[in-house]
Order: sequence, then structure tokens, then C-alpha cells
Amino acid sequence: MKKDPGFYDYWPYENRPKITWPNGAKVAFWVAANIEFYELDPPDNPFRKPWPAPNPSIAGYSIRDYGNRVGHVRQMKLLDKYGIRGSISLSTALCEHHPEIIELCKERDWEFFSHGIYNTRYTYGMDESQEREMIRDAMETIYKHTEQKCAGYLAPALSHSELTLDLFAEVGTELFGDDGGIYTCDLFHDDQPTPINLRSGKKFVSIPYSLEMNDTIAYVVNKIEPRRYGQIIKDNFDRLYEEGAENGTVMCIPTHNYQVSCPHRLKAFEEALEYITGHSDVWVTTGREIAEYYIENNYDAALADITTKKEVS
Amino acid sequence: MPLDKSYLEYSKRHYGMDHDRYDWSMLSDRKPVNWPKGKKLALWINVSLQFFPLNQQGVPVKPIGGMTMPYPDLRHYSLRDYGNRVSIYRMLKAFDKYEVAATYAVNGELAERAPYLMNAIKERNAEIIAHGWNMDSMHHNGLSLNEENELVCRTLDALRPFASKDIKGWLSPSRFEGNQTPEVLKKSESIEYFCDWVNDDMPYEFKTGNGPLTAMPLSNELEDRYILLNNLHSEQSYGEQIKDAADLLISEAKEQGGRILGLSLHPWVIGQPHRIKVLEDILEYLMSKEEVWSASASEILEYWQSQQ
Repeated sequence: MKKDPGFYDYWPYENRPKITWPNGAKVAFWVAANIEFYELDPPDNPFRKPWPAPNPSIAGYSIRDYGNRVGHVRQMKLLDKYGIRGSISLSTALCEHHPEIIELCKERDWEFFSHGIYNTRYTYGMDESQEREMIRDAMETIYKHTEQKCAGYLAPALSHSELTLDLFAEVGTELFGDDGGIYTCDLFHDDQPTPINLRSGKKFVSIPYSLEMNDTIAYVVNKIEPRRYGQIIKDNFDRLYEEGAENGTVMCIPTHNYQVSCPHRLKAFEEALEYITGHSDVWVTTGREIAEYYIENNYDAALADITTKKEVS
Repeated sequence: MPLDKSYLEYSKRHYGMDHDRYDWSMLSDRKPVNWPKGKKLALWINVSLQFFPLNQQGVPVKPIGGMTMPYPDLRHYSLRDYGNRVSIYRMLKAFDKYEVAATYAVNGELAERAPYLMNAIKERNAEIIAHGWNMDSMHHNGLSLNEENELVCRTLDALRPFASKDIKGWLSPSRFEGNQTPEVLKKSESIEYFCDWVNDDMPYEFKTGNGPLTAMPLSNELEDRYILLNNLHSEQSYGEQIKDAADLLISEAKEQGGRILGLSLHPWVIGQPHRIKVLEDILEYLMSKEEVWSASASEILEYWQSQQ
């Protein structure tokens, strides 16, 4: 085990090279909609139990199924209303289980990125070739069903190995050259994209995904009241918008169709989306578009600055 | 050592669900349902009347809301009892005032212990749902079919004297089931619907080896205990959440057909003196809306069934 994963160097938030988003936007805003499939009776993993309750875990399984049966369309209509294209963190087996959802998202030109095959199959305990196989399977599945060359990764159930990001980037290159495997949502160290150190030296970035704005973290872990969730989204936006005038920031709302789309929660989310999209200098975009823009326009300057500041210290 | 290779095999990775209990179906794709008199939102108030034994065994796990302290856990035992002695009469008064047709999910053993309360429910011609024997008699895979069958029959037998109509509904204690529970329920020849699964906002057909049941949608997320005691949200927020849910479902119903608001209530939670007011506010809000139809669970189910 390592003391530091080594993905990035210390890089202070102040005095960085300036990011200016397209059309002079201050904030790149994206909604990362998790569309997940949890298995009712998954195989055991030696490091993590899939369900806290004995089999069949009806409460946990059925609310997640609610997300796909009921919640997805609700959230989709809301994103349509505010002109937001979702960036889908996808349990890729959903392409086989629920192709209707995939079609609805394809029609809207939403982005699909990999969130593993099932959210009940953890990376823990896999050796390198097993993890590589799982990552490849998921990316190939996305391509087969959507013709999209998967750019981003959020490891299934946020379960990682030390090699997760390396393997994702390498498989992306093998399958799709520079179009595949270019960003991760697995790291929470910054409000701007940052270059990530990989063993391959590939240009690869972390795109802010925000656990704090994540509806599951807010509602289940932090047990926040729906209207307060709406308020903290607005507050989060206000500060990133203000700071973005000086140096472009990224705001992400990660959602789950079984959380934010419950009938008692959608209103607060809608008000927050209305607020954010009501501002002029917001780039409403997707994870891939942020990553590509950053790699094209900001990556080299960032890397040079990181190197300089490292030498100074 | 790597994981066993079966961890990377996916035998149920195919169209639909990863089990054969029900068909995959998106709510937005279904035929719209009409409630009587052009109503949009069926309001199903479900009150759980529960008995938590002091000598809790906790098999296979402790019941939700059960004893947590070393024996004898008088604080939780008596506070749960408070709900059946005091709170419920506050709630009955509120239901009478706002002319709400509540449905009662009752533990069989509670009916034996509190016949006075059961008669108060019977006088109101209210529907009774079987809620298991008591909160410590969980349905799980450790029970034999005979044992599970006996629990269901004993519960139904205890409740029938107080039922003004046939008992057709089931709510498992803590909403726990074993893999055979749906088969056992169907075999009872009394139970037609059950309320344990929370994967829909409308009823749907649930397959069992003994013929189909209907799954009725009773939200966990909107439950009084979940919002107030698990999430520790304020009473005011609980009220807002229920009203926001009703508003959203009504607006959805106008486009997609009738919806159901299933409110799961527990006297020991919502009937406290400092909380009853928010329940009254909610009932006043809901019952003043012309789109709302207050009905029992089986009335809602019958309307839905007649349109399938």
C-alpha cells in the first residue's frame, strides 16, 4: 500500500494559469447522471458486502430499480427543460437490461461514460488482468450500443485498485486512440480539471465531480433536507461563478435517478437548475467536452506551472 | 490471489430484470389510469399498528424500530406502546375531521392485545392489511415453508374478527421477506397484494410460483419514521416534503394518468404531541385539493385492476 497514490502533485489554487471556457464562460457546468444497475443477488466480494440486509435485500434493491422504472424519465424531462445534456455514469450492463433508457439518452445526444458493468461488482480483489478485462468489457459495451468512444470513468461503486486509472487510460487508447479514456471522476481534490500522472504518460485529466453535490451523499450519508440540498447547490454555484471570473471553474451535480427524482425531492433540484442556467456566463456542457477542451487549451500550461511550483518548493 | 473467475461472469446480463419476479417496465410507457370522478392523485394513508416484544430475538436481524438496549429495554418497549395507547387516538380524530379513509397495517398479536383499538378501526369500516404476527417475527430464508405459512395464517386469523371486509393486503414486518414469502402469501388464498417493494409509483404484477400478486407502491422515502427519525429532518421539512411530493405527482398525473401517494405512518412517530400538528396540516393541504381522492389500498387497487 502507498502513502500517496501519486496521481497529482500539490498545486495551490491561487495564481494558476487562467482557464477561459468557451464564449468567456466562468463556470463549466455539468450534470453527471448515474444510471446504475444493482444485482439482486450478486456474487460475494471478499472486501465489501453488496447489501447490508440478508438476501433478498428488497429495500435496497427495489429503490434502485425505482430509479430506472420511474425516476429516469422524470430527471430527463427536467434536464430537457433546462437545456442540459446529461453525462451518464453508466452501469454498462444497463445497455442489455434496459435498452429503452439508453435509446432515450442517445436521442438527446447525451454522453455515456463508464461506471463499470454493475454497481454490485467491486474492483476490490481483482488482479490487474481481471480489472483490465472488466474495464474493457464496459467500454466495448458502451461502444457497441451507442457508438460512443468512452472518455470518462467513475469506478463501480467508487471501488478502486492502485492501477484503476492507469488501466482505464490504457484500455481507452487501445480501443479508441486519443478519443478514449481521457478523464476520471474518481478524485475530489480540486475545483478545476487537473492533469493526472499515469505510468503511460498519456494526457489524462481529473474532472471535478463533487461528492458534496452528489445527491446520494447529500441525502443518504449527510441526510440533508431536500430544500437545503437545493440551497447548497445554489451556494456552491454562486461561489464557483464568482471565482470563475478570475479563473474558470467546474461545477458538477452528480445525480441518481432513485434519489433526486423521488417526488419529494425533484422540486428543490428543479429550482437549483433554473437558478444556475439562468446565469449568462455558464457553459452547460458534458464531462467529455470539458476534458477535451482542457486538454486542448490548458493542459500543457497547467503541467508547466505544476512543474515550476514544484521546483520552487 | 485474484478473485474467483465467476466474479467476472454475468449469467443474468440480458434484457429485463436479473430475476423473474416481475417484468421490466418504465412507468412513463404504461397506459394512463383514471381515478373516479376525474381525480388525479389517490391518497393512501397507511397506518402501521405494531407490537414490539420486549424479549426481542432479532432473527435474522433486529426489526426496524425494535429494541436496541440490553434487556429489558423499557424505553423503546413503552414508547412503541405509547403509539397504540395515545397517539393513535389523536390520529383517528384527525382522520375523522378531514374525512380521510385510512388503511391499517396491523400485527396479528396487536389485535389480540388491543381489541378496543381494533373495534375503533372496525367501527370506521376501515381496511386492514396483515402486517405479520409481531415486529419480531420476521419473514426470512431461515424459516421453513410450513413455519412461514403458519405465521401468515395465524396473523390472518387474529385480524379477521376486526376486519369489516376481506383482508387482501400484506406488509411484512420491517418489509423483510425470504425468497419464498411471495409464494406463501399467495397460497394463503386471502392475500392479493403486498406492499414490501418500493420500485414503483403504481401497482404492478408480481409473479409467484402459486400465481400472481400485485405489488402496491408504499414509499419508504416518504415514511414518517424514515424522514423524522432516520434522516432527523424537522417536522416542518417533513410537511414540506409530503406536500412537494403531492404537487409533483398531481402535475405528472395530469400528463400521464392517475398517480398514488402512499403515506406510511407510525403512531409512535407521528402521533406525538409535537408532531400531530404537522400531520393535520398535511391532511388539510391534501384534502383541500380537488385532485385528491382519499381511498383505501384495496379500493385503489380495484380501480387500477379494472383498467388493466
